[in-house]
Amino acid sequence: MKWLTLLMLLPLAGAAIISALPKANEKAAKQAALGTTLVVMATTIAMAVGFQRDNVDLQFVEKYAWIPSFGINFALGVDAIALVLILLSTMLAPIVVLAGWNEAHGGRWSVKTFYILILVLETMMIGVFAATDLFLFYVIFEAMLIPVYFLIGGYGTGERAAAAVKFLIYSLFGGLLMLAAIIALYVMSGEQGGHTFDINKLSQLEMSSTTQNLLFLGFFIAFAIKAPVWPFHTWLPDAAASATPGTSVLLLGVLDKVGTFGMIRYCLTLFPEASKTFTPLILVLAVISIIYGAILAIGQKDIKRLIAFTSISHFGFITMGIFAMTTQAHSGAILYMFNHGFSTAALFLVAGWMILRRGSSTIADFGGLQRVTPVMAWTFFIAGMSSLALPGLSSFVSEFLVLVGTFTKYPVHAIIATFGIVLAALYILIPVQKALHGPTTPGNENLKDLNLREKIAIAPVIAIIVVLGFYPSPLLKIINPASSHVISQLGLIDPPPTNGDK
Amino acid sequence: MIFTAPALSYTLLSPMLILFGGALLGVLVEAFVSKALRPVVQLTLSLGALILALIQVWKIRGQQSLTAAMGSVIIDGPALLLQASILIISIISIFLIADTEHFTALPAALPGSEEERKATQTGDQVTEVYPLTLFAVAGMMLFPVASDLITLFVALEMLSLPLYLMAGLSRRRRLASQESALKYFLLGSFSSAFFLFGAAYLYGFSGSLTFAGIQQSIVGGTGNDVLLLIGMAFLSIGLLFKVGAVPFHAWSPDVYQGAPTPVTAFMAAATKVAAFGAMLRIFYTVFANAQWSWTPMLSGIAIITMLLGSLVAITQRDVKRMLAYSSIAHAGFLLSGVIALNKSGLDATIFYLFAYGIATVGAFGVVTLVRDATGEVTDLNRWKGLGKRSPFAAATFSFFLLAFAGIPLTSGFIGKFSIFSAAFESGAKGVVLTGVITSAISAFFYVRVIVLMFFTDATEDGATVVVASILTRSTIIIAAGITLVLGVYPTPLLNFISDLATFIR
Repeated sequence: MKWLTLLMLLPLAGAAIISALPKANEKAAKQAALGTTLVVMATTIAMAVGFQRDNVDLQFVEKYAWIPSFGINFALGVDAIALVLILLSTMLAPIVVLAGWNEAHGGRWSVKTFYILILVLETMMIGVFAATDLFLFYVIFEAMLIPVYFLIGGYGTGERAAAAVKFLIYSLFGGLLMLAAIIALYVMSGEQGGHTFDINKLSQLEMSSTTQNLLFLGFFIAFAIKAPVWPFHTWLPDAAASATPGTSVLLLGVLDKVGTFGMIRYCLTLFPEASKTFTPLILVLAVISIIYGAILAIGQKDIKRLIAFTSISHFGFITMGIFAMTTQAHSGAILYMFNHGFSTAALFLVAGWMILRRGSSTIADFGGLQRVTPVMAWTFFIAGMSSLALPGLSSFVSEFLVLVGTFTKYPVHAIIATFGIVLAALYILIPVQKALHGPTTPGNENLKDLNLREKIAIAPVIAIIVVLGFYPSPLLKIINPASSHVISQLGLIDPPPTNGDK
Repeated sequence: MIFTAPALSYTLLSPMLILFGGALLGVLVEAFVSKALRPVVQLTLSLGALILALIQVWKIRGQQSLTAAMGSVIIDGPALLLQASILIISIISIFLIADTEHFTALPAALPGSEEERKATQTGDQVTEVYPLTLFAVAGMMLFPVASDLITLFVALEMLSLPLYLMAGLSRRRRLASQESALKYFLLGSFSSAFFLFGAAYLYGFSGSLTFAGIQQSIVGGTGNDVLLLIGMAFLSIGLLFKVGAVPFHAWSPDVYQGAPTPVTAFMAAATKVAAFGAMLRIFYTVFANAQWSWTPMLSGIAIITMLLGSLVAITQRDVKRMLAYSSIAHAGFLLSGVIALNKSGLDATIFYLFAYGIATVGAFGVVTLVRDATGEVTDLNRWKGLGKRSPFAAATFSFFLLAFAGIPLTSGFIGKFSIFSAAFESGAKGVVLTGVITSAISAFFYVRVIVLMFFTDATEDGATVVVASILTRSTIIIAAGITLVLGVYPTPLLNFISDLATFIR
């Protein structure tokens, strides 16, 4: 069965159905979107069941000739890393649709258009992780900017147009640098046995170390903008603050992961030597991201911007885990991508509901929510605790793995990064205290607690955060073989003392 | 004295002959057919001639000949591909030209004169724009197939003279339109003079006016290189003027703005195909062996063209001027395909020309729809909130802009990728890098227009969008369709081009 093509086609089919619905019937559009995303999720899970976890090769491989004259194929396939991220995307999609049931109403365009954009975006999210042809990857990487652009600019709040443009221009700039590198790879592949975009073949190209370094930078900067890593991050707080909560979840939870995914899949695989050359520099950037994101998060008055800055800090951890190049750190980074998706989703969704009820996104406007809206307050609390990596919640496991894995090779970086956790306590506990505890701020007395729909939407997120906090091994069992494969491909051996993998 | 009748192979020349015939008939129609019938007859005639010519090109595809017109014309794969592109672009442009609302009723009358007012009031519209278009198309068809300098010059003048006139036909702002026509004419004449000057030097260098003769002298290395260099430089000026490359671009913003928009669409798209077609032939065959003399020059011009085009476009407040500067930037991208000087460069340039030409006609087609009481509105500030008033116009225009910006899933991306990779292959890394960077710069102003249309609230004096006529609507839809298909699945066209595109000499 052609699982991956099916997965990519399903959301498109849903989008087609929605576009055929009458404009006035907004409810039908929402239901169709929810139904589609649920079907996609179920299909993904069904596919994931058949994944052989000890097999480090690409699975569910498909390949069709697309533009043969350039050696371009529509080639799909997943390894464990891609599978985990596709799972993340397709699980978040229905949650986002359900949680943001009414968020399309404030937009410039119809509710229908909103869900069409979301579903088209879902197809692209699956495709970008499943693509095994560099050209296909690039096409989706760039094309997915367009629906996000319209989602932010059309349905966001505040300075939404400016934020959307900033997002688009930053991403396009990075993408074009990558395009230059891709053209160079393409031309080199032509000189060495035929034009191709097959990742496996491209990884065997011979090139001088200067070339490799330059091309690596072309890719890395694009991914660093996407991730975002300091100093390429400035678009993110604006975009996240303007987008609807659901869009922000997809933006931070999934789209930004394309950056870190790209670092593993493309930077490390295609340019192993250059990756090692630049490791010291990138680790410094990662550590700066961790600390900088955390410090700025503490200073934020706007709750959405705060979450955006915490994410910059978290992406610092993920980048550090990737470039520490030990199996443990690597597994930690991949698991972190998954966990971060859910903890950010929880934070953003609950924050979105708080903002919706209060009509303000300033933290100081909340207060004493614990008494007025206990369920909402508790979910926000748990999400916050997960974000600061409290033991027993999912983020702790991944953050711990990254730090331990990094420590074995780069103790200084790991130690500095650990301060990030201390700062995390501050940036989460301060808003928790301000918003949830203390006396109820005037005007908040009559806020309504979560309704049934919202409870149903948030319950699976909280469940995943808690379950993976206590029992991460099902995921780790999938991830570990893949990450040790990546490390061994790089020709590296883990330092012996802490090689305590299960 | 004995005259030998020239041997012409009429089949191979038929596409051009059909157009000449159509144009001449059009002149007669203008003289003898009644006013009421004229527009319909002219449109049918022009469209018929164009379609017939296209069918004829299709029939003779794959044929080659060096002697189709006593050695003055070369028919080969690239020639037919370029001719077909010109014809297809002209067909969809003719739909826009058919909207007589854009053209002055009586071009011969002085602007603001009593005669003009009367003609406008009585709806007494002359339709000479059709035969002019056909003459221009015929010239464009001849331009890339000419194989000696005389024929090349004749073709150049034949495509230019009607265009000079057509630029001055605008109904609104007639003075600006006439000014632009005059500017175009004067600068065009200068460039023609340069062209002739270059041709004379090349004759001095090789003792021949035919491409084959010049090429032989270059290969043989017998001539005086100084003459060759001067000749090459001046000939290039004539060609670079036509494609609007910096520093010979000064005419294009004014003419793009002043000319009636349907004419701008036609001129921007089809002239580029014709002029780049001729450049491809000259640089890929005639001057190929003098590569080291001209690639540095063209590379430099390509780089400044891309930079200036995209940087200046940022500051534009008028949509037609913005598109003019964007087309200058695109001329730079296309030059990198000429510099590539390899098979993939040839394929890529032909593909790019077609894709860009179609998108250009589509984009200007949308511009013709945005109007207020006094005619077209090209001031970008008044385009604010257009997405709300006309989702169709705003959405298609955005799509064309994304194609110009080279976003994936549009033909622009495939074009850019193929042309840059060809240039990279030939070692022109600086050109490619500049191309990529200027693409990023240009994305900025394309996106800004999208923001204006979709994310900005309309102002009170905002423009309205008229309901498109069936012809204009079909132009826009066809152009958008082709742009999308070539972005998603360009394989058939790419294969077709790569099978056919080989210069026979």
